[in-house]
Amino acid sequence: MNQAVGIVHLYPTLMGTYGDGGNVRLLVRRLAVRGLGATVITVNPGDAVPELADLYVIGGGEDVSQVVAARQLATSGALGRALDRGAVLFAVCAGLQVLGHSFEVAGGRLEPGLGLLDATTVRRQPRAVGEVLAQPFDGSPLLTGYENHGGGTLLGPLARPLAQVIAGVGNGGGAKGDGTEGMVQGNIVATYLHGPVLARNPALADRLLAMALAGGRPSGASGLGQVGRPNAKRSIRLPELAPYEAPYVADLRAEREQYTRSGRLSAESARTRR
Amino acid sequence: MPQSLPFRSRLATTAGQMAAAASRKLGRGRGQVVGGRIMLRLDPALLHRLAAPMRVTVVSATNGKSTTTRLIAQALRSIGSVAHNATGANMGAGLVTALADNPAARFAALEVDEAHLPDVVRQTGADQLVLLNLTRDQLDRGSEVRLLAERWRQLAADLGPETQVVANADDPVVAWAAQAAPNTLWVGCGQRWTADSALCPACGAPLARAGGRWVCPSCGMARPETSWSVLPDADQIATPDGSVRLRLALPGRFNAGNAAIALAAVCSRGVPKEAALQAFAQVSDVDGRYVQTLAGDHKVRLLLGKNPASWAEMMFLVADSDALLVTVLNARGADGRDPSWIWDVDFEDWAGRPVWVAGERRFDMAVRLETAGLEVIGVSQDPLAALDQAQPNQSLDIVANYTAFQQLRAELVPS
Repeated sequence: MNQAVGIVHLYPTLMGTYGDGGNVRLLVRRLAVRGLGATVITVNPGDAVPELADLYVIGGGEDVSQVVAARQLATSGALGRALDRGAVLFAVCAGLQVLGHSFEVAGGRLEPGLGLLDATTVRRQPRAVGEVLAQPFDGSPLLTGYENHGGGTLLGPLARPLAQVIAGVGNGGGAKGDGTEGMVQGNIVATYLHGPVLARNPALADRLLAMALAGGRPSGASGLGQVGRPNAKRSIRLPELAPYEAPYVADLRAEREQYTRSGRLSAESARTRR
Repeated sequence: MPQSLPFRSRLATTAGQMAAAASRKLGRGRGQVVGGRIMLRLDPALLHRLAAPMRVTVVSATNGKSTTTRLIAQALRSIGSVAHNATGANMGAGLVTALADNPAARFAALEVDEAHLPDVVRQTGADQLVLLNLTRDQLDRGSEVRLLAERWRQLAADLGPETQVVANADDPVVAWAAQAAPNTLWVGCGQRWTADSALCPACGAPLARAGGRWVCPSCGMARPETSWSVLPDADQIATPDGSVRLRLALPGRFNAGNAAIALAAVCSRGVPKEAALQAFAQVSDVDGRYVQTLAGDHKVRLLLGKNPASWAEMMFLVADSDALLVTVLNARGADGRDPSWIWDVDFEDWAGRPVWVAGERRFDMAVRLETAGLEVIGVSQDPLAALDQAQPNQSLDIVANYTAFQQLRAELVPS
């Protein structure tokens, strides 16, 4: 077995309300089927955040938990240093919000984020709840997932959207939402999708693993497109992972896509009738 | 029907009961909800009026409310008649139907939906609240655990000393809500699932846990001392005057916890301990849960696993069974539309075990279980397709979530 990929699972007890811990299980599994090892370090509130891991994963959670996670990460500073060193960071939902400049919690209070993502989150009404289908801008397979968030996130110029929403809300920034879902900035990949998202979208899981295996070296060549820190000049091909089609994933993706498209069609025809 | 009720209330009751009977005859289910809706339409104050002469116990929780309510109702019957919403219809319409079906009852034992608890307590004037646990469930409806806990705490703070709150001290979220009440009896029911109480509900700091106790190192909030609790071997309950042995027909440690809080509640109502334990022993299924039935040549046991906490308990229950394990997962409105929570259950502990995967969201579960290393031997929408794969005479343990469970019960258990 080759060297193990070091994965840090950030605050699963705080930021794992919607099954996002499944993303870590998926990453470990997809490494194992390729004969690659993984060392998972779970960081709980109060623990030091390791700086030398390859891949950091943070999920979604409720307001109070989100604020605690943001404060602990801000105090630690380890995440920023790990990113500077080239580590990869994958964030979902409230995890995404925490990485931005600021996020608004219930009652209208503005909380400072970590400023690692050029993005700002405010409350949005109504809450975005339901199935999402989105087309990644780099032409990789459709993203499918489930969103459940009360925040809308507006991207700044340094953060690039991950995908175009076909059904659902996604980032939901601006008055009517900007029709984008997720974002990429340097070695950070973030999304609003649960499901968990890596169970439904193995191509995204493999992309993260390839980035992590490359030692977090940025790439402008393929895949998620503009992956790489804004000033990165290098263009390094990511390592190829052996193809692996997990059983039942194609069935799951097809079933969810059909369900979501038919729901969207019936919503549209209802609008037309009115 | 008591003549003391106003004419309008009697009319509402009769009309609702007729509608319920018609609904049953048409095979449209059990009719409680449709009947209750008509009753409340004709007399919006009916729940209050019917409950007024009764001593009302309400039971609420994410998990265990049907079982606990059933145990309480069974035990209270040893000292008086009881109105009980036995079929789990636990919002306004179901509650009013249960009371109207037994309007002269001395007691009411009502399981109540977590979000509806404050409203129901106000309307019924309940003088006993039994609060078990609050964990993640149906998050798509937006009722995060924290919001429910705040509503419960506000309710508790508004109660007078004549209302007794019987609360599980082992769930920090419940303890935080219940400690606002002036009259609380603490019971240690145990809690295997702690992922929704990682943080202190009072101040938000991470809680410290050891040996079944919990304490907040920051604000000092701690597990309340209990006079009633499940002992570690789960067949004994400590009471203020010595421990007693449970003789439950219901399986699992969580049901011992349900029995502990039910025992504390009914003893407060004047049921002798021994009579309560005897009554508990007679309960072998709760509206189809745990029921053993036959499908073809195969014994089938029906289990309800509707959220991560209840699934975690069910996996312990089936751990030693050599039955073929069948999971059934739907994601309709009553289940919660987002089944991501299956990834919160540690199915990895059962790696290598054969499993049949069924239900409308079978592919979600198949991916989950395959990732956990279980051997998925087949998938089908209909759980009973697994019967063809079972060895002759092998029994089946079917763990289904809410709507899947209701379908199976209707199919397999004669009502």
